[in-house]
Amino acid sequence: MMLDWQHFTPWSALAGGVLIGLAAGMLALLAGRIAGVSGIVGALLQQDGARSGWRWAFVAGLLAAPLGWLAFQAAPTIQLQASPFWMVIAGLLVGIGTRYANGCTSGHGVCGLSRLSVRSLVAVLVFMGTGFATVFVLRHLL
Amino acid sequence: MLPLISFAAGLIFGAGLIVSGMANPTKVLGFLDLAGAWDPSLALVIGGAIASASGLFAWAQRRSTTLLTAEPMQLPASRTIDRRLLLGSVLFGAGWGLAGICPGPALVGLIFDPLGFAPFMLAMLAGFWLFGRWERRRG
Repeated sequence: MMLDWQHFTPWSALAGGVLIGLAAGMLALLAGRIAGVSGIVGALLQQDGARSGWRWAFVAGLLAAPLGWLAFQAAPTIQLQASPFWMVIAGLLVGIGTRYANGCTSGHGVCGLSRLSVRSLVAVLVFMGTGFATVFVLRHLL
Repeated sequence: MLPLISFAAGLIFGAGLIVSGMANPTKVLGFLDLAGAWDPSLALVIGGAIASASGLFAWAQRRSTTLLTAEPMQLPASRTIDRRLLLGSVLFGAGWGLAGICPGPALVGLIFDPLGFAPFMLAMLAGFWLFGRWERRRG
């Protein structure tokens, strides 16, 4: 294994992680809910609006963050790698997979691991392992 | 009160995704590429998140009602490790590895690069919808 020192950003990664954790912990303590993005957005596509106000508000906050950022800062570096065709395949897999597993990087990763949930730990190990394997196949075997 | 708390949480969460670099798919793929030049940043994002969240979750889990508003807690209780969890996580991991995008960064990225993220976003929403339809049909 070779470390990519050129792109390694320990301090901004830690700072961003702390913000993500504070947001998730705050939603749990003050609202009693899990900050799982796939669950929140997925439920919005299924339920009638009456009990989903908090979900719309969370999504609005998530979208307001980059808008607020652009009001004060230059846009961060965003580089996409996959072609539009593979983006569609990836989006379908992420959409179906996260709902089937009942959580993604936020729900199982951040919230689940912070709650010491063994179920979430298993989910994280499986989706990270599959992510490692997928990138290995794409970049080093094909 | 609940929508306000929830909006603030979404805003801070989104800011964290931007600051951490997680909104950039190339950075995420740099973490997932163990055999190439490996960028460990994402491990520190998760580490930082767990460090700041675990105390708050422990506090939340000791309570039966929410702090400030005293509504019932709705934190998950499931401990089941079944086919759904495993197969769903495999599908998710494959999609994550293909594009370097998971649901939170998909929403944030859509603002920074609408055209670039639109194919992923629309397909992800279609995936959520298809799953919901399939689940309702199964009963």
